[in-house]
Amino acid sequence: MDAVKILEIKQSVFANNDAQADALRRELKRKGIYLLNLMSSPGSGKTTTLTRLIESLKDDLQIGVMEADIDSDVDAKTIAATGARAIQLHTGGMCHLDAAMTRQGLEGLETEGLELVILENVGNLVCPAEFDTGAVKNAMILSVPEGHDKPLKYPLMFQVCDTVIINKIDVMPYFDFDLEKCSEYIHMRNPNARIFPISARTGQGVEALSAWLKEEVNAWKGDNL
Amino acid sequence: MHELGIVFHIMDSLEAVAKENGLTSIQSVTIELGEVSTVIESYLVDCWNWAVKKRELLHGCRMVVETIPAVSVCEDCGKEYGTVAHGRSCPHCGSEKTYLLTGSEITIKEIAAC
Repeated sequence: MDAVKILEIKQSVFANNDAQADALRRELKRKGIYLLNLMSSPGSGKTTTLTRLIESLKDDLQIGVMEADIDSDVDAKTIAATGARAIQLHTGGMCHLDAAMTRQGLEGLETEGLELVILENVGNLVCPAEFDTGAVKNAMILSVPEGHDKPLKYPLMFQVCDTVIINKIDVMPYFDFDLEKCSEYIHMRNPNARIFPISARTGQGVEALSAWLKEEVNAWKGDNL
Repeated sequence: MHELGIVFHIMDSLEAVAKENGLTSIQSVTIELGEVSTVIESYLVDCWNWAVKKRELLHGCRMVVETIPAVSVCEDCGKEYGTVAHGRSCPHCGSEKTYLLTGSEITIKEIAAC
């Protein structure tokens, strides 16, 4: 038997995933597909927000949605009812998606003809923040009942998100939610984060959010011309 | 189970290293784990011990974890301090303008192999 030797590796555990994510992003760029990674806690209203967004964008953009959950397909069914192409991904117990799983999901979704794909990540404010999925941008939804201090408690999530959607603003009078403080805390973690206060239930603020997303998708495609 | 996903990524990286270097077995892997990396050492090792049984090259491979202390720097007074004890506020001048210097690492440091 050969003698045991020590090999220095000095490589981040995420190096492989980061490389796979970069490769996926380049591929999506070539195909002109904009991938948005949407994260949040369970129950923040991701699926309701998506339903609203699809309603508002479906005449302008071809949209696909990947719903990642540990189990069940209730979300994919809700999205499919809007007419968007939808697929349910099961993570088999894992609390997040990585770049390889995202690639598999895109293959299953069949992205031919799509311009915008939204990945609804597993409901969790911790683990999904660690793994680059290959998305063009990261967005997260923070809902009013969760409280305005979440950016302090889950710093990495807010650090990696380019866009923060504050949902359920219609119930703000019933909660001690301070929108100004919340924005301040978000900008402490990421000074460049865009904030969109909305109510997916009443539709308030959704127009600004969909206008932003449409602009993003067109800019991503436009760079190819 | 964030730790399980990390274990799978470590195993994939080690298999790639083994292929490149013509290794047939890996006895141990040393991981540098920052104090505020959000990864729990005992969960990581438990997941590792379960998962290595499923990969031939890694049978019996031991995981050694070295902890990297979390140290922050204050942008206002320039001093360093222990992040775990004081969080984001500088204990020297009270400023909130601080950033993490070390402590978020999850790095594969080295392996013992043949």
